[in-house]
Amino acid sequence: MGAQIRVYRQKIASTQSMGKIFKAMELIATSRIGKARSRMAASLPYANAITRAVSAAASASDVEHPLTTEHAQARRSAVVVLTSDRGLAGAYSSSVLKRAEALTELLREEGKEVKFYLVGRKAQAYFDFRGRDYAKVWTGGTDNPGFEIARELGAAVLEDFVGEYEDGGVDEIHVVYTQFKSMVLQEPVVTRLLPLEVVEEEATDSSDLLPLYEFEPEPEQVLDALLPRYIESRIFAALLQAAASELAARQRAMKAAGDNASELVKKYTRLRNNARQAEITQELTEIVGGADALNAS
Amino acid sequence: MAELEVEIVAADHFVWSGAATLVKARTSDGDIGVMPGHTPVLAVMEAGQLEITPVNGSRITVQADGGFFSVDNNRVVIVADNAQLDEAAAAGNR
Repeated sequence: MGAQIRVYRQKIASTQSMGKIFKAMELIATSRIGKARSRMAASLPYANAITRAVSAAASASDVEHPLTTEHAQARRSAVVVLTSDRGLAGAYSSSVLKRAEALTELLREEGKEVKFYLVGRKAQAYFDFRGRDYAKVWTGGTDNPGFEIARELGAAVLEDFVGEYEDGGVDEIHVVYTQFKSMVLQEPVVTRLLPLEVVEEEATDSSDLLPLYEFEPEPEQVLDALLPRYIESRIFAALLQAAASELAARQRAMKAAGDNASELVKKYTRLRNNARQAEITQELTEIVGGADALNAS
Repeated sequence: MAELEVEIVAADHFVWSGAATLVKARTSDGDIGVMPGHTPVLAVMEAGQLEITPVNGSRITVQADGGFFSVDNNRVVIVADNAQLDEAAAAGNR
């Protein structure tokens, strides 16, 4: 009987110490979310300015720019998958990977080859375990991404995009990442980065109308200079959204785990008390039984 | 006199904003100076120094390595890849 109490005591101790770790991780994630969200907000002015400039330059130049024209027959697509470096964030990485799998299947059905660019150790582990090929992987600092990663990623995909199919070039670029909608809602989404979708629309309000810019040097050169930056900024925005989502997912997962741990501690404490009481009762019956036997003799 | 409304943003942070009377920047074709009432321009910037003369206070210089800027309706938006406010230079220039 004593053995049973000991087992329960060990379980309580280990669950309690795990609970402490969960609690600490929850607090860390909570404190970092604020920073991640303010970084998201800080990157907005740049993204807005660049989007406006790209649309101004694109509408001013009639030239078919290679980055805006759609290939008649897309043969290979690049898919950029943004996951986390570490686990303990609930279904965060796996739901992104699931979304990427669905996209891959869709692209293959359309007869396109798929080339992967991965961000995060989780994606790398997923692909390595299944023995799948990927073009390049970036790991480290997914919960606090620097602009350098966006720059490298942008350069890598652009190089493939302008390259020939025979040399491993791609005809379109998709990004799979987790959109940060609110603290409680993050959704894995797919966006097509390139070719750009050119939308023709009539301005409803004169304030929507872009002024007639003078370009320096020429509209085409300006567009040439802007588009790589635009791609970088879009990738960076996706990275920041993914980072905020990762932290929010981790916070939620750790809160659930911490709650579960305290629930378990409660349950084991009850069982331990039960076992202790059973032991006492048994000892009593033995004593009473022994005394009875002595009296009878 | 009209003023320019200047805003400088870098990729991941906001750098400076305020009212100014003159903005000097280096484009791929050469230096350009923007004063209030300038025609709308969208230009590619070269790496180098930006100079801003604010309405109040002394001249500000900003180190930028490439980017672009747009001017319309006395509103100047400077988008730099990597911009650094040059405090020391600003003090040195008086």
